[in-house]
Amino acid sequence: MAVTDYLRKRFMPHIWCPGCGHGIIMRALLSAVEKLGLDKNDIVMASGIGCSARMLGYVDAHTMHTLHGRALAFATGVKMARPDLTVVVPMGDGDALAIGGNHFIHAARRNIDMTAIVMNNSTYGMTGGQYSPTTGCGEYGTTAPYGTVVQPFDTVELASAAGASFIARTTTYHAREMARILADAIRHPGFSVVEVLTQCPTYYGRKNAKGDAVEMMEGFRDCAVPVGPLDDSGHATVTIDPEAVDAPIPIGVFRKEVRAEYCDAYRRQVIEPAEAAAAASAAASAAAGGEQ
Amino acid sequence: MSTAGQTERSRVQFLQGNEVCAEAALYAGMRYFAGYPITPSTEIAERLAERLPQVGGSFMQMEDEIGSICAVIGASLAGTKSMTATSGPGFSLMQEAIGYAVMAEIPCVIVDVQRGGPSTGLPTHASQGDVMQVRYGTHGDHSIVCLTASNHQDLFGIVVDAFNFSEVFRTPAVVLIDEVVGHMREAVRVPEPGELDLTERLLTDVPRDVDYHPYAPREDDRLPMSNFGGVHRYNVTGLVHDMWGFPSEKPKIVNDLIHHLYLKLENRKQMLTRWREWSLDDAEIVLISYGSSARSARHIMENRRSVGVPIGMIELQTLWPFPSEMIRTKCRHAEYIVVVEMNMGQIVHEVKRAVDRPERVFLSNRVDGEMITPTDIKHLIRVIQGKGV
Amino acid sequence: MSTSRRIEINPDWCKGCNICVAFCPKQVLALDERGKAYVANVDACIWCRECELRCPDFAVTVVVERAS
Repeated sequence: MAVTDYLRKRFMPHIWCPGCGHGIIMRALLSAVEKLGLDKNDIVMASGIGCSARMLGYVDAHTMHTLHGRALAFATGVKMARPDLTVVVPMGDGDALAIGGNHFIHAARRNIDMTAIVMNNSTYGMTGGQYSPTTGCGEYGTTAPYGTVVQPFDTVELASAAGASFIARTTTYHAREMARILADAIRHPGFSVVEVLTQCPTYYGRKNAKGDAVEMMEGFRDCAVPVGPLDDSGHATVTIDPEAVDAPIPIGVFRKEVRAEYCDAYRRQVIEPAEAAAAASAAASAAAGGEQ
Repeated sequence: MSTAGQTERSRVQFLQGNEVCAEAALYAGMRYFAGYPITPSTEIAERLAERLPQVGGSFMQMEDEIGSICAVIGASLAGTKSMTATSGPGFSLMQEAIGYAVMAEIPCVIVDVQRGGPSTGLPTHASQGDVMQVRYGTHGDHSIVCLTASNHQDLFGIVVDAFNFSEVFRTPAVVLIDEVVGHMREAVRVPEPGELDLTERLLTDVPRDVDYHPYAPREDDRLPMSNFGGVHRYNVTGLVHDMWGFPSEKPKIVNDLIHHLYLKLENRKQMLTRWREWSLDDAEIVLISYGSSARSARHIMENRRSVGVPIGMIELQTLWPFPSEMIRTKCRHAEYIVVVEMNMGQIVHEVKRAVDRPERVFLSNRVDGEMITPTDIKHLIRVIQGKGV
Repeated sequence: MSTSRRIEINPDWCKGCNICVAFCPKQVLALDERGKAYVANVDACIWCRECELRCPDFAVTVVVERAS
């Protein structure tokens, strides 16, 4: 199957602005899905609200466009009902880390087998360029006309502290690597977080004099610093030479760790013993009833 | 455990109302519960944490009530009957997602065990202050199903009804009880399997690879569903959508959808209305109540009857959509109607809207966290009758 | 065995962002007077697919057909 066979072509061209990086992420995701040979009927995508959330309207899968920040919670329910399905959740930075921050850290903690793609463009694009939890300190947005006064979240650090078992970062410049990472993330049997730095030339780029889409992607290219290989415990070493790059962005797979997956652990630790005990107790009371 | 082999005597259990909600949900086939601890509903979660895995289901404690209702909707969309339970503050948090379930037409059941409000209010005391929130809590025009009960035997059937209605009409259905019913212990006979009717999801018979219209209602307003993971891939959204589930802003599509969401329930009150009634034939005074208040109302109704007062009573079990036709018909000959509820007046306004002479409708209420007593109601009746307190 | 290769551009989907043009290592692509991408110098193409991978609009397809 070709990558475009996973598209709902009748809705193309998509709504994203010229140069928006979200389309590059969608393409990388569909390449990963194609490479894995997934059946469309086995894929569920859940999204929240925002530019990122619009991705699934174009993907020929079971798609659920939900509430701002809540996609991971909806996806959790889907996965509990049908653990056999492949669940992918595209999210924006505000969607994942501000309004949905609580669901994000708890989904990571639970380690349910799904893939969260944090499409980080450092702004709220759909509403017109307000500052987000990943807008850099001092950067501008329509609600930060004097610059923001807070530190941004580091998605990788946050996911790591919350316990996600697969964590990676890449950028829209690194499209080929992104497809590889996404395939790896989907295959990983646990909660995977892939942060993709993506350009919003329309709002974030313009407000912060970052240039057009090409210049923003060149920025990703020039600042990217690959992390080291994973060690035996599934953790990568990040070594950054501050002299080499101004404002370095570590990219690559930071963590890939096999931990108990929630649905699986719940089945083994809770459902199987409880069902067995209930069946034994029913049999015992039936036998006692027969003796009376 | 309730199994087919049980003796009739062992079917009778001494349960809390909250435990009845849990057992009835299991009976209805609920196999996924997501919730967050909150007084006075927590026993529902506790019992299901133990009971659900025994029948192969899953219990999940979420990070908050918002996550709980969202997970419940997701599980239902993937084909599992699902439920959450909460109380006022948690119910407030759930409102946006309840609207999503209304808009996307995904069946689910929410139990709200009411406590005093607003805000944190009175966590361990009874109130009936959430009646209007069930109806209008989420934004936008819609209708919703809300059922309640005053005793545990009725509650069992009402919870099963809530699941059935949620499947038939693809709507969130709210079981609205109060702290007294939730925490009170009473004998309840757990019905045998098959004794109560269960409505399973109406699935589409459109074959694979044939265009399926997930949001094209049939003539009876029902929408045959295809669960996620099935052979039909479609879009589900909280946006106004066309028959394929894709966003649309065309005025005709918007208009048709809003009418459908409203009328699929409002036009079917006959099927949705559950109630009990006593001594209405010659009643000059009709008490209307629901939930734990109805226990006091019934007590004073029987007490006054025994001394010759022509008094009758209606106990509402369906609060929404409001059974206005039934109320108008039953109260046609009443001189006075007294609505008994634990709030500043919520159902009383619906009754006034329903009857021919609203000036005959009075309110007997308490909002101090204590139950309305039969004496409270008796005093009001005496005042109405001009006999003083 | 022969291989036929070409670059297809869908002008209806192209939004003229210039990403494919800028990141092509061999200057194969350019924008036309309408601001849409077109293949200006196919002979220089090394078939690396960087344009296809980075096109946010699915407008660029590198077709490689092998016929025996």
